[in-house]
Amino acid sequence: MKKKNSKIPKKVWLLLSFLTAMVLWTLLSMNEKTARSFPNVIVTFRSMTTMIERGVFFQDIKSSLISVSAGFAIGFVLSLPVAILMAWYIPVRNIIEPWIQFIRNIPPLAYVPLVVISAGVGRKPQIIVITIATFLIMTVTIYQGVLNVDETLIKAARVLGATDKDIFLKVIAPATLPFIITAIRLGSSTALTTLIAAESTGAVAGLGMRIRSLNNSFESEPMLLYIIIIGIIGMLVEKFVKFLERRFTGWQEKREA
Amino acid sequence: MAGEERSVKVRIDNVKRIFNTRNGEMVALNGVSLDIMENEFICVVGPSGCGKSTLLNIIAGLLEPSSGKVYCDGKEVVGTGTERGVVFQQYALFPWMTVKKNVMFGLNLKGIKGQEAEDIAMKYIKMVQLEDFINHYPKELSGGMKQRVAIARAYAVNPSVLLMDEPFGALDAQTRTQLQSELLETWEKERKTCFFITHDVDEAIILAQKVIIMSARPGRIKEIVDINIPYPRTQETKMSPEFLELKNHIWSQVYQEYLEVRK
Repeated sequence: MKKKNSKIPKKVWLLLSFLTAMVLWTLLSMNEKTARSFPNVIVTFRSMTTMIERGVFFQDIKSSLISVSAGFAIGFVLSLPVAILMAWYIPVRNIIEPWIQFIRNIPPLAYVPLVVISAGVGRKPQIIVITIATFLIMTVTIYQGVLNVDETLIKAARVLGATDKDIFLKVIAPATLPFIITAIRLGSSTALTTLIAAESTGAVAGLGMRIRSLNNSFESEPMLLYIIIIGIIGMLVEKFVKFLERRFTGWQEKREA
Repeated sequence: MAGEERSVKVRIDNVKRIFNTRNGEMVALNGVSLDIMENEFICVVGPSGCGKSTLLNIIAGLLEPSSGKVYCDGKEVVGTGTERGVVFQQYALFPWMTVKKNVMFGLNLKGIKGQEAEDIAMKYIKMVQLEDFINHYPKELSGGMKQRVAIARAYAVNPSVLLMDEPFGALDAQTRTQLQSELLETWEKERKTCFFITHDVDEAIILAQKVIIMSARPGRIKEIVDINIPYPRTQETKMSPEFLELKNHIWSQVYQEYLEVRK
């Protein structure tokens, strides 16, 4: 399919990719029509000082990270037992699954007002919105993983003397691990993409909240900067998930090169 | 084996198994009775869908018969038991465990831990000649090596009956021949009762003392053929006139059943 091994090392490719984006960005910033969305690269990054001077920059990052981590963590802790119960007990599955599929396709922004009515404004509704979104996607993923455990592995364990408990702890749990890591990957990216919706609940700080408020004051430089920061956070999380994958599921047959 | 007093290891008594499918009930096995003697090597051949694997799963305790009973050492089989080891066609190795950990899995469940478990595992890993691969993961092994690990894992818990469900079915001809020789060698040493399913008539004759021919759906025992070729058997045995005669006979019987299935 692709030619094997061009002699250019990966780091150089990365640099080339980065430069290409910079050139494109610069071109967009010179075009009159797109210049207002894409201010000059240097001006954009210089806006960081403005935001720091206003005393909101680190505040925003910190606030968003707290909401995202808390929402993700609660979503993860809830999704594990629910997914396992769904996979093991058909009545549980039949009752819960349709609703998970139903709610999963509703954009979080749509139910934010309902959350605010009950939970008020502040940190609480932000965490609730992110928890709902991450819980749904991770439950579906882990549930599929438990269902997909190779039946012959369970049989093999049984004929070697495994009890139900052994099968759960020593076969199903490790066999599901790759799906749990996929769930973490999908859940963390969902947590970030839900950020804007979550912080539209009357938040006082946060990357998503700030982007909306900068929009109202037509400050596109820091707005673009904030968007890029969300992207960078996403990339760092992905790196971490890759690390988990290598560390814990290196035994898998299929791995991307 | 002349004059040798042998007891019944596994008794299959009038076993019937019905599956509920979308098109109604399907009788997979009907009226199957068979005594597997201590130390005996039995091969089962028959067209696909004749219930060979169903029978093996019932003996293993992974499936329940709809009626009839199976006894092992005189005790009725209820569920699985470590006295009945199973080797599956799909290897069924735990991909997150190294070769050694896979072989030790059953030992640990039995409560055998530490050095003792390692020693037993190493003994069987050496038996299948994989001592250089103890820390490899299954994904790093070829099909033949994986099946060797599965055989070592089954042996390690010291079952008194080995149930093998087309264990070499997924391997290339050369590897298959080699594993057959290794299995024969081990069997001649340990004389573990073996119930071996295959669709390969050559394989059945070279390995077994008795070949069971099963009929097409519903699965029944059509004929039991004694293989009176003395051990040790080698690949040259496959050229001998008695081998060819048996092969001819068994093949035609199995082929008739294939035609039945196609009707």
